[in-house]
Amino acid sequence: MTIKGKAYIAGIYEHPTRHAPDKSTAQLHAEVAKGAIEDAGLIKADIDGYFCAGDAPGGLMPMVDYLGLNVRHIDSTDTGGCSYLIHLGHAAEAIAAGKCSIALITLAGKPRTGPLPPRSAGAEADFETAYGQTTHNAYGMCAMRHMHDYGTTSEQLAWIKVAASHHAQYNPHAFLRDVVTVEDVLNSPMISDPLHRLDCCVVTDGGGALVVTTPEIARSLKKPLVRLIGQGEATKGPRGGKDLDLTYSAGVWSGPRAFEEAGVTPKDIKYASIYDSFTITVLMQLEDLGFCKKGEGGKFVADGNLISGVGKLPFNTDGGGLCSNHPVNRGGMTKIIEAVRQLRGEAHPKLQVKNCDLAIAHGTGGLLGVRHAASTCILERV
Amino acid sequence: MTEIKKYPAPIVNVETAPFWEAAKKGKFLIKRCTACGEPHYFPRSICPFCFSDKTVWEESSGEATVYTFSLMRKSPSGPFAIAYVTLKEGPSLQTNIVDCDIDTIRIGQKVKVVFKPTDGAPLPFFTPV
Repeated sequence: MTIKGKAYIAGIYEHPTRHAPDKSTAQLHAEVAKGAIEDAGLIKADIDGYFCAGDAPGGLMPMVDYLGLNVRHIDSTDTGGCSYLIHLGHAAEAIAAGKCSIALITLAGKPRTGPLPPRSAGAEADFETAYGQTTHNAYGMCAMRHMHDYGTTSEQLAWIKVAASHHAQYNPHAFLRDVVTVEDVLNSPMISDPLHRLDCCVVTDGGGALVVTTPEIARSLKKPLVRLIGQGEATKGPRGGKDLDLTYSAGVWSGPRAFEEAGVTPKDIKYASIYDSFTITVLMQLEDLGFCKKGEGGKFVADGNLISGVGKLPFNTDGGGLCSNHPVNRGGMTKIIEAVRQLRGEAHPKLQVKNCDLAIAHGTGGLLGVRHAASTCILERV
Repeated sequence: MTEIKKYPAPIVNVETAPFWEAAKKGKFLIKRCTACGEPHYFPRSICPFCFSDKTVWEESSGEATVYTFSLMRKSPSGPFAIAYVTLKEGPSLQTNIVDCDIDTIRIGQKVKVVFKPTDGAPLPFFTPV
């Protein structure tokens, strides 16, 4: 059994807002759902599968009711920012098994307007929460050890932000549109050593949605055909504290699973959407996915290698989470959307990858330095 | 002026109560599986490696080395050092490095356990040797 070629992304929509004090979270979910359904050329009544994660207010059942859906397949898998990359794989499984034929996946929220609800605690809470764990210092600990083991430098990490900013200048909706230099990143305030402010992603309100369907229905619609040909998922955590190694992520398992299913290798990839909660997130994922050897990520990302039209691996041509958008602190959805834009030929003309027929959308969710999940999706233009 | 940082009291449950009872006596416990011999942290009833229920409490030496750390500069209560340390017995765990100049912390540095009071059981931290 495989999901290879069994599901097509027929509709995409990224909300243009980055600050939405005048809208409710449920409303944003509805707006992105409407956008993706219209992009596909479908109507709401066509939707028979629905996927959402922890950002949906009240969870899946209130969301289905608010949207007025009538679905026969539901999935509320929540793995933080990569939830939607997992939903895409699960939607393909459901479609392949005949459990639904047109699936809707939504993400939306407003961390810029106000605080998000607290995360629920696991069995580890008494043994961790008192120590002031935050997103920043959890990723900071990964970067610190990566530098120690492999000689990775802050300058190399900064190149990732520089590349994202080069792309964001062409995105009218990007939260940060100014092109920055390596020096700008290094001179920005230290947040949690060794991560500077410009090593961090933006905090934005907004959201995005996808419509995923069967090959037959996709062919009956008007959009360029983009299909999922491989997906892998995995989780990683301290696991009792044995052999702790924060220099790699669950991407070392999700990546090979996706590439194997797709029957392609990293060198075949024309465009890469890589989750960029922090610069270190990108560097570790590129190594874990096999775009370079472990420990050589610093050299790989330096000197503009991730800039479209300049380097060998164009990445996050929308400006990514580092510059454009990181709705609800969950970057997986926008990774898929920009990969689909590239495959459709709908990216900004200055950044559109020529003959872009194979792309990867990959992300992690949770905290890279603690417990996290990863999902890798390989997408192909037919 | 040294301000005493207030730490939250652990919400003790039946599975982990012996750990916190020992902490009150200044003892730092880990769990070891007598079936596969592996120690682990934080403590579980069932071994996370071989899934045996033959796990026993063991007092740790409290000696460890810094695996990694990050200095949180933007904190309402002031800068602090979060870290993973690797115990002499094997398991690594998350903690803070305390009672030191945090700018001198280095990977590989030797540290030892130190307990800090809360309104409930004391919490384990680590400090340079």
